[in-house]
Amino acid sequence: MKSITHDNLLKLLAGLADEGKIVYAPVRKGQKVFFAPVQNMQPVVFDYIQTTESPKLVLFPRYEPLISFEYQGKEVKVDDPSAAAPAERVLFGSRPCDAMALKRLAEFFDRDIPDALIAGRQKALTVISMSCIKADADCFCTSTGSSPGDICGSDILLTPVENNGYAAEILTGKGASIADRCSSLFSEIPEIRKEQYLAKVEKAFSHEEVRKKLSHAFDHDIWNGASLRCIGCGACAFVCPMCSCFDIQEEGTAKKGSRVRCWDSCGFSLFTLHTSGHNPRHNQSERWRQRVMHKFSYQPEAAELTGCVGCGRCSRACPSDMNLKEQLQDIAANVETV
Amino acid sequence: MPSNNIYNPYLMRIEKITDEAPGVKTFRLKFTNDAEREQFNFKAGQFGEYSVFGEGESTFCIASSPMRKEYVECTFRQAGRVTSALARREEGDVIGFRGPYGNIFPLEEWKGKNLLFIAGGIALPPMRCVIWNALDLRDWFKDITVVYGARSVADLVYKYELDEWGKRSDMRLTTTVDPGGENPQWTGKVGFVPKVLEELAPASSNTIAIVCGPPVMIKFTFPVLEKLGFTPETMYTTLENRMKCGVGKCGRCNVGPVYVCKDGPVFSYGELKKLPAEY
Repeated sequence: MKSITHDNLLKLLAGLADEGKIVYAPVRKGQKVFFAPVQNMQPVVFDYIQTTESPKLVLFPRYEPLISFEYQGKEVKVDDPSAAAPAERVLFGSRPCDAMALKRLAEFFDRDIPDALIAGRQKALTVISMSCIKADADCFCTSTGSSPGDICGSDILLTPVENNGYAAEILTGKGASIADRCSSLFSEIPEIRKEQYLAKVEKAFSHEEVRKKLSHAFDHDIWNGASLRCIGCGACAFVCPMCSCFDIQEEGTAKKGSRVRCWDSCGFSLFTLHTSGHNPRHNQSERWRQRVMHKFSYQPEAAELTGCVGCGRCSRACPSDMNLKEQLQDIAANVETV
Repeated sequence: MPSNNIYNPYLMRIEKITDEAPGVKTFRLKFTNDAEREQFNFKAGQFGEYSVFGEGESTFCIASSPMRKEYVECTFRQAGRVTSALARREEGDVIGFRGPYGNIFPLEEWKGKNLLFIAGGIALPPMRCVIWNALDLRDWFKDITVVYGARSVADLVYKYELDEWGKRSDMRLTTTVDPGGENPQWTGKVGFVPKVLEELAPASSNTIAIVCGPPVMIKFTFPVLEKLGFTPETMYTTLENRMKCGVGKCGRCNVGPVYVCKDGPVFSYGELKKLPAEY
């Protein structure tokens, strides 16, 4: 198999940036680590467990114009910004859970009526992920079908091994095209057993079990207790690599502007509010239930797609210390199936 | 859509505006691009996203028959920001339209049956499309009955068509207004739709009931129909959850495993009973 030294990895990334690709990599801002476009590799950090925000923004930006318009008398001129080909992007440093989330996110947007904006970005994206050698108490990837060394969704997966180097699994054609073009930066090593280097993440619950329990839990009283602390801030949705709900809003003036897509959350009280005043999910407990049910029951039922990869960001971000992993453990253990 | 971008709307010119009732208007819309009109097809029950550039998009059904291909009509009540902006448009103005979206009334499956349409207030428009479609395909069906009620005489929409339907010999129309909503000239019934329906007592055998109206009307109408012998599989309605994208992505209209925009908006009562009541 292939391997690459730390110095050569930095050279590889710098080379990709020099080719004109937009390279997103983890960088530190204050105490926290975020994905950001980098031109030189000096600020790229390696000693993080998980970035604060997920890398979903490379496929599904927090804000993007869908169309722009300008009135010309009675006529309207509409421009489609998606007509320009999306920039080639490289995502470096995503965790295996993130890579799986990006794949599922792209599949979600491609379902039924495909969203060409997302699909175009996915086509132009190469994902170079880093296996996890450390995990924390909020991680629960092994409960949702991923793991610290899972290859799903990555084009290249690097695993830190001895001597300041990385074992490199070249997983797709996109990954191979980079590895072939930069072959001098890689060397060949005998096959390794990568498990010995990976973090241990104990399985906290079975998502199949949670799904089964949830199918009986809509009217269960767990939701009231579980959501009491929820202040409806939406932080969990914004840091989630799989939350895909969005709003469409107008920006500009009545004469000229754009129609934009921006992230939204089912946890917000306005999300489902009708103009008439009717709101199908009136209470925060109903909105919290929607978040859990949509990820672990509705989506699996509709499309065999679990809406969570166990990255733990929601638990780390929650200002009132709600913990999704603990709630799901509770559901798996204590909700009865009638 | 005019491009690969599913959020890029067709540009439609408002050809005709009809004032239906206080705050309620119908727009007849024509594609500004002939090639787009040629390619455009929809079926009864589907909806669209209508937009005023700079104000936003709003969701309404397509209210005209799919067999009248030269235009698309929509009827809306001025209520929020977008519908208020739409209400300020004039004939000749251009608005945006995305669609058609959603599932359909299964007219093919209903061949050979009686159709009973029950509508309240501003909910006649989603039904008008399928009523006209059924009248355009009149020999597919046996009896066609329409029961339509509104708060007051002024609130009845499509008054000119109600006159026409009332005169037709191949359909039966019953109109009603809520108590207190009548005027001296009113010749229809006075009473809430579920009550009037109970008095009419239409036969349930070989009949499909299609119910559209405000939630409170639907809530009291289904039990009346069940008492008349209708089964959950022979009763249909359309859901009206808040929507943004219309294509099953934005998450707003999600109810249980379905997205109302792509799996609905047409549901049988049997299908509705399997969903959590979040609509």
